[in-house]
Amino acid sequence: MLVIDCPYCGPRPELEFSYGGQAHIARPANPATVETSDWAAFLYLRSNTRGLHAERWRHVRGCARFFNALRDTTTDKFIATYRTGEPAPAIDSRGDR
Amino acid sequence: MQKFSAWSLLKQSFGGHQGWQPQWRRASPKPAYDAIIIGGGGHGLGTAYYLAAEHGIANVAVLEKGWIGGGNTGRNTTIIRSNYLFDESARLYDHALKLWEHLSQVLNYNVMYSPRGVMMLAHTVHDVQVIKRHVHANRGNGVDNEWLSPEDAKAFCPPLNIESNIRYPVMGAALQRRGGTARHDAVAWGYARAADALGVDIIENCEVTGFKRDANGAIEGVETSRGPIASRRVGVVAAGHTSVVLGYAGIKLPLESFPLQALVSEPIKPVVPCVVMSNSVHAYISQSDKGELVIGAGTDAYTSYTQRGALHVNSHTLEAICELFPAFRRMRMLRNWGGIVDVTPDRSPIIAKTTIPGLYVNCGWGTGGFKATPGSANVFAWTIARDEPHPINAPFTIERFRDGFLIDEAAAAAVAH
Repeated sequence: MLVIDCPYCGPRPELEFSYGGQAHIARPANPATVETSDWAAFLYLRSNTRGLHAERWRHVRGCARFFNALRDTTTDKFIATYRTGEPAPAIDSRGDR
Repeated sequence: MQKFSAWSLLKQSFGGHQGWQPQWRRASPKPAYDAIIIGGGGHGLGTAYYLAAEHGIANVAVLEKGWIGGGNTGRNTTIIRSNYLFDESARLYDHALKLWEHLSQVLNYNVMYSPRGVMMLAHTVHDVQVIKRHVHANRGNGVDNEWLSPEDAKAFCPPLNIESNIRYPVMGAALQRRGGTARHDAVAWGYARAADALGVDIIENCEVTGFKRDANGAIEGVETSRGPIASRRVGVVAAGHTSVVLGYAGIKLPLESFPLQALVSEPIKPVVPCVVMSNSVHAYISQSDKGELVIGAGTDAYTSYTQRGALHVNSHTLEAICELFPAFRRMRMLRNWGGIVDVTPDRSPIIAKTTIPGLYVNCGWGTGGFKATPGSANVFAWTIARDEPHPINAPFTIERFRDGFLIDEAAAAAVAH
């Protein structure tokens, strides 16, 4: 089980969290003007990165707040967690800034 | 290829079984092929076999970055069934089931297909309604499936607990008698052996690292860890790593890769005569010929390429198994493992041409690809050979996500399946 560092509560076991998929996907401001293929991409296309992946988590059985994380999907190691609205830290997969 | 038969077995026994030859050649890459298949699992090896056997394209290479059958083909719980809700799925999975029925004879290799019956349990009124709907939809599509009372279910699978004093009592079950299991390794090896005999090169330890395109953008070959290989037709059958491989060609598909876990118990005498599945309490169990209980757990919540997952996913499944089969409570689990499965938004596969001429993809089988192996390979070989989909896989396009023609088995099953 992963130990996830909630930016509000600190490290907690994975069971307290729910996964929210890829982070930083902005909903188109005016969906009516969006091309069908772009709308499909917004709905369905994900980076599915092998390596450093920016993703959303929610501390649903804790503070209940959403936050973002950088995790290496080849090791499941969390490199960083950060609050919603903040940009992803510039870090490589070894954790070096 | 040495034929397997009672006669050849007898003949070899006189020589102390020293006369058996390797079942396929250890091929090295040639400079060019008529077609290249990326991924040496059951689906990829099967595709190469059907290209050679049914479409006369035998100058084919199967490129596998590890060893054949070492990915999800060797990691699944070997359940075979075709009781899917939607017409498109029923046609695809039943095409596979019909091929399973004669696969051992066709390949001259015992894949140990065992139609012992797949029983799916209902635990709530909603389950009963959904499963009965499946039964009727299946029968309308010519797929066998029947509704059983709890007593009938227990008669078919005696260790099943149908008492009303458990959290989710059994309220009935659907039984597909043609469903069952097969030996997963034998499927990979049988296809490899039969394809090799027709001239297909099976090249292990050969990782694809890029694609070569001509001036018009069409595929003209692949870059690999063992050098460049030319081909105008390339089929990608890379399961959980499809996104990575297609990324080399700049193609993004609606896929996410998740770890899916399974586990086996210590071996015991025959006790589970069929496959039992429960989507609601998340329990999947059958018994191997060695006697191990083969148990399927769920996917972990997050995308990953690690081929492992968390223990709580397994214990969740075991809690359900222990309620349904109280006799198993004191058993020990021998080992567990994970595989990386590529999941689409509608939980149906993609078997299609891509936007790049000469590049084809067969992916998105998610948590249930093993059952489809022969059918998937068969229609994918057609798609590559004729540069157009077989009528069975025509609905399983990439464009269905843009155009809104989802084949939404995700909603139909309400779980990964």
